[in-house]
Amino acid sequence: MTLAMTGTVELEPSQPSNARAKWKHMDTVLDRSGPFTDPDFRPGETPKESLARAKVLVIGAGGLGCEMLKDLASSGFRDIHVIDMDTIDVSNLNRQFLFRQEDVGKFKAEVAAQRVEKRSGSGVKITPYCGKIQDKDEDYYKQFAMIICGLDSIEARRWINATLVGMVDEEDPDSLKPLIDGGTEGFKGQARVIFPTMTSCIECQLDMHAPRAAVPLCTLATIPRQPQHCIEWAHIIAWEEERKGDILDTDDPEHITWLYQKALKRAEQFNISGVTYSMTQGVVKNIIPAIASTNAIVAAACCNEAFKIITSCNPCLGLPGTDNYMMYTGDESVYTYTFEHQKKPDCPVCGNLSRPLQVNQDSTLGEFLDSLTERPEAQLKKPTIRTEAKSLYYQSPPSLEEQTRHNLSKKLSELVENGEEVAIQDPAFPTTFKYKLVFQK
Amino acid sequence: MLKIWSMKQKQQQDEAASAGTKKKKVTAAQLRVQKDLSELSLGSTMKTNFPNPDDILNFELTIEPDEGMYRGGSFVFTFKINQNFPHDPPKVKCTQKIYHPNIDLEGNVCLNILREDWKPVLNLNAVIVGLQFLFLEPNASDPLNKEAAEDLKVNREGFKRNVRTALGGGSVKGESYERVLKK
Ligand SMILES: [Zn+2]
Repeated sequence: MTLAMTGTVELEPSQPSNARAKWKHMDTVLDRSGPFTDPDFRPGETPKESLARAKVLVIGAGGLGCEMLKDLASSGFRDIHVIDMDTIDVSNLNRQFLFRQEDVGKFKAEVAAQRVEKRSGSGVKITPYCGKIQDKDEDYYKQFAMIICGLDSIEARRWINATLVGMVDEEDPDSLKPLIDGGTEGFKGQARVIFPTMTSCIECQLDMHAPRAAVPLCTLATIPRQPQHCIEWAHIIAWEEERKGDILDTDDPEHITWLYQKALKRAEQFNISGVTYSMTQGVVKNIIPAIASTNAIVAAACCNEAFKIITSCNPCLGLPGTDNYMMYTGDESVYTYTFEHQKKPDCPVCGNLSRPLQVNQDSTLGEFLDSLTERPEAQLKKPTIRTEAKSLYYQSPPSLEEQTRHNLSKKLSELVENGEEVAIQDPAFPTTFKYKLVFQK
Repeated sequence: MLKIWSMKQKQQQDEAASAGTKKKKVTAAQLRVQKDLSELSLGSTMKTNFPNPDDILNFELTIEPDEGMYRGGSFVFTFKINQNFPHDPPKVKCTQKIYHPNIDLEGNVCLNILREDWKPVLNLNAVIVGLQFLFLEPNASDPLNKEAAEDLKVNREGFKRNVRTALGGGSVKGESYERVLKK
């Protein structure tokens, strides 16, 4: 049994019994095995220590994040980190219950950490980071036992997912970080658990997120029917016509006011009522309706899975070959459904991970591509190849072929770094081949 | 976390150990665009131009229709693709001021699959086919340029003449257009 955890908090696992009393209920599931417990589970001190020592990261300190911090702290997690780049807006106060009027303008992560830490009493440490998840590198993410996401952006989810998949080092059990992801939209939500590289990842599951419902551009331009259409018109068409060159900043009140007034005028022309400043803000910032109770349900589901993963007291969601996705639908009565979302073999993130490939750095790109066409497992016919930074050679379209052709006669060492990843595509194959080119000398 | 790692090891029995890490990985958006580019069928009426060949997420597409009312024109569109592709559709704009019911004077394009009907399973070829179709069958019932749409609806022959005038760099209804005829 290996618990992938690093970093510890200053704490004493064996505390006086009265301090332990507050965990009485949690302890009942840790002090004995249940009917579903894995036969290797050893009740008692082991799971309690795992829980006390686990360093976990919550991404997002908004509606879901606030709930998650509270739930984790009250289930016995004691070393919690939280990351969020946003500051508190007055419109958050209804559901992000950790925040007060006087906190408006302060960083969410900081205030949320302070409040939960204070309320939880001694023994719980919450460390905030106010910034972007992209500011941090693999070393930062590596210190955690698991990552729990309460995000409203698909982009951020895709980023952390790709990072965690890329971190998995087959020699190092400690590099595999379970990812628990919660999401809500109105009365609907989902909780899912991902074991990077082992089970279906966020990128595999991209089809579970419907792209944002957009209104046809022509409706906006000609016959708006709803106040939102007038706002979108101001946002997409009027701004560009009248303020070309100005980059729209959705956090700049002057910009929002301008859009609001444009939208209002247009709404009057078409006899549409209901355009307001806050609706303008909502539409242009693409704020999805957030309901406190849905956040509570989804956050709670995520945190129970976190608890089970760390302590192994009961089977968790997401083990390979089992259900990994729980959806909650509350917009027509209540319906929940848990299923196994299958890993996609051609997933650009977790499908065919890059393999090391020994190359002679003095051979040319052309020679290298020729050698690939002879490799039995590849047998490529017209390979196209790039690194993250460079287009090395493209077979099509013709203009790109022409622009990259000169690379064929260059040495590999001039084009790629030792160990750099290349992605190779061939029209004969649906998948992309990824290799890390390792120089022979 | 019981057993997870041993399950992982079982899964990868025949996979080789990985070499050096820390190097930049090709992004999911790049991988997808690379795939889409390899499946592009441009024919003789379209060509691409990559101002920076290393950046495949930003490029231009020139369409030169060989039939229909816009025959002889050369229309340049910019494609801007963000890292959230294919969840987000590409942003496509016409760089020239043209007289078309579904393209406004700022170059915004009314094409359903670029907005409301976009799905991650659609590819760049679908977008390009859609753009090509706009020149073959301008659509008056879905207008972005209302005057042009009215014109097409009311007087098709007159509209055709106005298109030819606009393509040649003339003015139509007080608005002057860019000369976009193929050289
Ligand atoms: Zn995947």
